[in-house]
Amino acid sequence: LLLILIASISRATNPPLTFTGTEIEEQVFIADTHCMNVSAGPTQKMNLFQSVTSALDNTLAGDPTAVIFGEDVAFGGVFRCTVGLRDKYGKDRVFNTPLCEQGIVGFGIGAAAAGATAIAEIQFADYIYPAFDQIVNEAAKYRYRSGNMFDCGKLTIRAPWGCVGHGSIYHSQCPEAFFTHCPGIKIVVPRGPVQAKGLLLSCIADQNPCIFFEPKILYRAAVEQVPTEAYQIPLSQAEVLQEGSDLTLVAWGTQVHVLKEVAAMAQEKLGVSCELIDLRTILPWDTETVCKSVVKTGRLLISHEAPVTGGFAAEISSTVQEECFLNLEAPISRVCGYDTPFPHIFEPFYIPDKWKCFEAVKRMINY
Amino acid sequence: LVSCFTVGQHNGLQHLRCDLHRLDEGPSVQTVLTREDGLRYYRTMQTMRRMELKADQLYKQKIIRGFCHLYDGQEACAVGIEAGISPTDHLITAYRSHGYTYTRGVSVKEIMAELTGRSGGVAKGKGGSMHMYAKNFYGGNGIVGAQVPLGAGVALACQYQGKNEVCVTLYGDGAANQGQIFESFNMAALWKLPCIFICENNKYGMGTSVERASASTDYYKRGDYIPGLRVDGMDVLSVREATRFAADYCRSGKGPILMELQTYRYHGHSMSDPGVSYRTREEIQEIRSKSDPITMLKDCMISRNMASLEEIKDIDATVRKEIEEAAQFATSDPEPPLEDLCKHIFYNDAPLEVRGTHPWMRLKSIS
Repeated sequence: LLLILIASISRATNPPLTFTGTEIEEQVFIADTHCMNVSAGPTQKMNLFQSVTSALDNTLAGDPTAVIFGEDVAFGGVFRCTVGLRDKYGKDRVFNTPLCEQGIVGFGIGAAAAGATAIAEIQFADYIYPAFDQIVNEAAKYRYRSGNMFDCGKLTIRAPWGCVGHGSIYHSQCPEAFFTHCPGIKIVVPRGPVQAKGLLLSCIADQNPCIFFEPKILYRAAVEQVPTEAYQIPLSQAEVLQEGSDLTLVAWGTQVHVLKEVAAMAQEKLGVSCELIDLRTILPWDTETVCKSVVKTGRLLISHEAPVTGGFAAEISSTVQEECFLNLEAPISRVCGYDTPFPHIFEPFYIPDKWKCFEAVKRMINY
Repeated sequence: LVSCFTVGQHNGLQHLRCDLHRLDEGPSVQTVLTREDGLRYYRTMQTMRRMELKADQLYKQKIIRGFCHLYDGQEACAVGIEAGISPTDHLITAYRSHGYTYTRGVSVKEIMAELTGRSGGVAKGKGGSMHMYAKNFYGGNGIVGAQVPLGAGVALACQYQGKNEVCVTLYGDGAANQGQIFESFNMAALWKLPCIFICENNKYGMGTSVERASASTDYYKRGDYIPGLRVDGMDVLSVREATRFAADYCRSGKGPILMELQTYRYHGHSMSDPGVSYRTREEIQEIRSKSDPITMLKDCMISRNMASLEEIKDIDATVRKEIEEAAQFATSDPEPPLEDLCKHIFYNDAPLEVRGTHPWMRLKSIS
């Protein structure tokens, strides 16, 4: 059952020198077929925010210690991820916090350390920085510095993430790279509703503090048949979405769908067979799956919206060249955002769209 | 027509009532409003109102994109504050900043062109709604509460340079719970900085009412050791007197002071928020009919024979025309050139007009 839906992203064609005007191209979001097997049982058509609500609903139902808090979550949240939960489970389990990210995460760490399953929402990933100290210095190091006497493994932080077409500087950021530099936490980014629910439930169940970034542009645009009961998708396991022999493509979140298109373009226009991998868990990442794939294909392209310098593609690239040096047919390519603040009006030119990725594929094949 | 009158406590409307914290005396309870000032305040507020409503219209037509936080309902705050300080004083606020951009001297044309992201905008189209700046106006800041330590820093510069200037630092009821606000209070009080902290309490932080966000809703007392006053933010004269008092206090070297303006916003938090899921339409209607700042000033002036209805109507017509022209400019002005994407990241970016290359050479997207 293949569901094809159109997401409302405007992307411009961009041969570098001449621009006659913006040409709108429509991004195709393709729901997965093979991951329907994540769970037996009844399914329901859900978009991404509904699948998040479903996961939270399952959690609150099954775990009496679970609490959800954050800015404006009580009425349902600014992206409607918590609609109906307060009415169903009570205002002592789903409640608003004041506007204080550092306080929200710190409070969440404390609640988790004392035994509650704490699910904190940061309204936009762009606002997570006041909580950076709490996440990096407190949450990530709690178990280590107390010799395993204390931990805040029951903490999960959720935040909307990524470009949205008009978000500009403070509503479009992808900050995962900042946190990957910190041992002790896990970072997960889903590509669609089925993945989101399973991965979120795994994060909540995982006994380490987890950050779960939800691609906000997919909240409404991505619709799939999602199992209504609880199920988990294992963390630190990348998924091979499409097998290929010539080139490995790696991405996470929204960019996976861009690369799906690129793989199709590569097959059609260049006769190149691409293997597409969704990393899913950014930290700790599945080095084995990626390296095995590169050993097979000899070429690797990694793509993410965050700026290229210091982005997570750099880490993947470095590790893969260490492990697979003699298998590489071409230098590893990273197609990412520019090293500028996320622009307002220039967004279509900033993002690593399919044309930039396709160009990189061509260069690698012809190397 | 009467050229001026004295406004005092006996006028039926609660003019110039003031709550004090750690202050023996407050602003004068009587003030003189001249016809000239009255008409100017009316015209400024009406311009701001119509500008915001036009922005609403353009946003719904998708000519303005991104995030847009409208100021209608709160005009008396911006106009009253500006009337109480001088153009050489400094001001910084958060993202609901179109009104302040106007009172600090930027034309409506430039504001609207910035909203639509065109090169004629005050930030050359690169900032958008939340990032507009002018001389002695430091924006326009997207991250909640982050502008308050900046304001304290500007106040330090004022003190250091000895030019008898003050810095007005604004934040909202939601931001009042941010940790960095209290850090700023401490520094300002410790070093006796000439900083007027102003909390624009419009009763809601996004979707959370003040009672549900703050343990103490007496925001003017939250400075603790910093003296505070609270006035009706819907009355332009109250705001003006309170600001004059606060500015005198700071200029005399006594240190910072905190002011709370009780006001209201008619629109939702931003254009993405309908604004009725956490408050009733009746509430909005009631404020609009009983406490609208523009209506109150108009009635005040007409009932005292300071202005005729025809004059007011003329002003309205002139303002409408000005806004129409500005909107016309904002929709027809060209977008900033693509080279601007990589300008102003660092100081003194190298010029990129080198023959045989193009601007995109410098920005790496494909590594």
